[in-house]
Amino acid sequence: MNAGHDALRTFRDNLRQVPGRLAATAFRTGAPRTDRSRSTFVFGNVFLHLHSVRTHRWSLRWATTAGLGIATLAAFFITLITGVLLMFYYKPYPEAAYLSMKDIHFVVPTGRFIRNIHRWAANAMVVTVILHMARAFYTAAYRAPREFNWLIGMALLAVTLGLSFTGYLLPWDQLAYWAITIGANIAQSPREVTDALGITETFDPGGLQRLLLLGSDTVGEEALIRFYLLHVMLLPLVAAALMAVHFWRIRKDGGLAKPADVDRRLAPDAGAHPLFTDAPQKTYHLAAIVRGRSPAVGRGPEHTVPSMPHLFYAELAVFMLTVFVCTALAIVSDAPLKEVANPLVPENPAKAPWYFLGLQELVAFSAFMGGIGIPAVVLIGLGLIPFLDREEAGTGEWFGGPGGWPLVRRAAVLGLAAAVGVEAFIIRFGWLREWFPGIPQLVITAVNPGTVLTAIYAAYSLWLVRRFNSTRAGALGLFTCFLGGFLVLTVVGTYFRGPNWHFFWSPADWPVH
Amino acid sequence: MTVSPRPAQSRLDPEAVPRRDVLGLLSLWSMASALLVATLGALRLPRAAVLPSPSKTFRVTIPETLPAGEPFVPPGRSVALFRDGEGIHAISIVCTHLGCIIKATAGGFECPCHGSKFASDGAVTGGPAPAPLPWRQVTVNGNAVIVDEETSVPAGTKVQA
Repeated sequence: MNAGHDALRTFRDNLRQVPGRLAATAFRTGAPRTDRSRSTFVFGNVFLHLHSVRTHRWSLRWATTAGLGIATLAAFFITLITGVLLMFYYKPYPEAAYLSMKDIHFVVPTGRFIRNIHRWAANAMVVTVILHMARAFYTAAYRAPREFNWLIGMALLAVTLGLSFTGYLLPWDQLAYWAITIGANIAQSPREVTDALGITETFDPGGLQRLLLLGSDTVGEEALIRFYLLHVMLLPLVAAALMAVHFWRIRKDGGLAKPADVDRRLAPDAGAHPLFTDAPQKTYHLAAIVRGRSPAVGRGPEHTVPSMPHLFYAELAVFMLTVFVCTALAIVSDAPLKEVANPLVPENPAKAPWYFLGLQELVAFSAFMGGIGIPAVVLIGLGLIPFLDREEAGTGEWFGGPGGWPLVRRAAVLGLAAAVGVEAFIIRFGWLREWFPGIPQLVITAVNPGTVLTAIYAAYSLWLVRRFNSTRAGALGLFTCFLGGFLVLTVVGTYFRGPNWHFFWSPADWPVH
Repeated sequence: MTVSPRPAQSRLDPEAVPRRDVLGLLSLWSMASALLVATLGALRLPRAAVLPSPSKTFRVTIPETLPAGEPFVPPGRSVALFRDGEGIHAISIVCTHLGCIIKATAGGFECPCHGSKFASDGAVTGGPAPAPLPWRQVTVNGNAVIVDEETSVPAGTKVQA
């Protein structure tokens, strides 16, 4: 009788303590209130431990990163969540795809809003990933030991653009259909060279690429399901895997890039106190003698603060800001949906989303050079930068390195001016084909406005290397020039191209047809 | 014969591979190469042996009223038919640049996507197109013609009705 009473009381007590014990087993080390429990909070959590437990104060300054990497991650998460929601209704089959987009727009509660957020977050991701790359470049953050992470970042840029490209094909409207057609033919454009050499019969990489993309020799259901597979499965998986490596390498490479004399630059921290002396529970012994050098060797922990809360709250703020921006844009602006795809009548002009219009301007000079040649050269050049620039001056500083900000300013002016000049020239005078109708295609593939512009930039950059006796100076000039060229081509493609890709000062001048 | 003592090794130097481990390594490597070969074989998966594709050969009657030199594009097809004193011919209206459908007129062709221009015989006169528009095979069959969109003929080949 009495024993049963006790058992019931124990049962009641245990029941009452369920929430507390659940929290204790989930967060094994209690609330993050002391430096030690803040550390265990981070490294005891599978997600948070991608970060180190302490963060350097330099890394937390807004001017160091502007939060661009986290904003990109936030945009990725938003597209992931909204994308999964859209998959409830989307049907990847030609006519059905378009009808399901109409359903999402007009029938599904919040469907249009979710699609708008998805579209704006995707746009935001492209913007932030480019700006993030520019930040990493201009602060020379790609230098040793971070070369590998720079390469991972480039792969992520390519995957981001691939996600955007495969994404806007899915609605199966006019934009989608003609974008898929142009994209597949860019994949086939190596034929421009193999045809000119007369070897397409035996060696046809272009035709194979197109066939693999479309799964057929026409754009139809096979192509749509392939792009769907890429968009919702393959590319997100690749992106997630690469992101995990990207973030983990930040920690392994010793945090964000910092100037060598960073400790002297930061004002002394009033609240700083020596670490590891406050009642250590554990003494660390040397587990092994290791060769090589960890990025943190010889650096005191003095200017660091606990990642929880300082770093995580800053990241949360960026995350909230990104959500806010995407949602606000989704409220004021609807994602476009054109007429259902018509394989017989292209839109005139058929324009890709803004971030591909610079590329579209380039392929309007030569399909192979603009779509494959020049992008490949740019990617290889970007990948080589950390291995060619082995200098140390200016790491972790904005526009650090010989020449600095004045050099970047001059390069920006030259990059913009050269691009505007080349554009103005071809718009006014045309190009080789108009002057010499019988000219061989190989000549145009090799010498077209795109390659001329690239050559101007490369020559200027080599001159900078000589002038400043520094690879970093050349890289600064080249990167800035290419950013300027990308900007000019994108603006021209977006605002000044009309029907038949002719030049117009404004859409009001477009001929009515 | 003297046995030379092994040189003192640091704990950090890699150890030599013992003989009995060779078999284990061998099995690991054979598994890896089998996987590699299997993966290479599976890479053929995205390229089907038979491609889904509608027939590219069709039969069409050219309208009696079609003026000489004016294009006639059969509905749903990407080829323009012309008829003049010398006969009938067909020119593809798929741009050789990036595959857009070109607008055919009596005076020539102009692509809406990137501004390629072609003369009335399909030769490139401007823009980024790398090759002239191909002429397609036409066969006369009674009142109608049969057009094969997959078979090209030399430019200038016209058939008498």
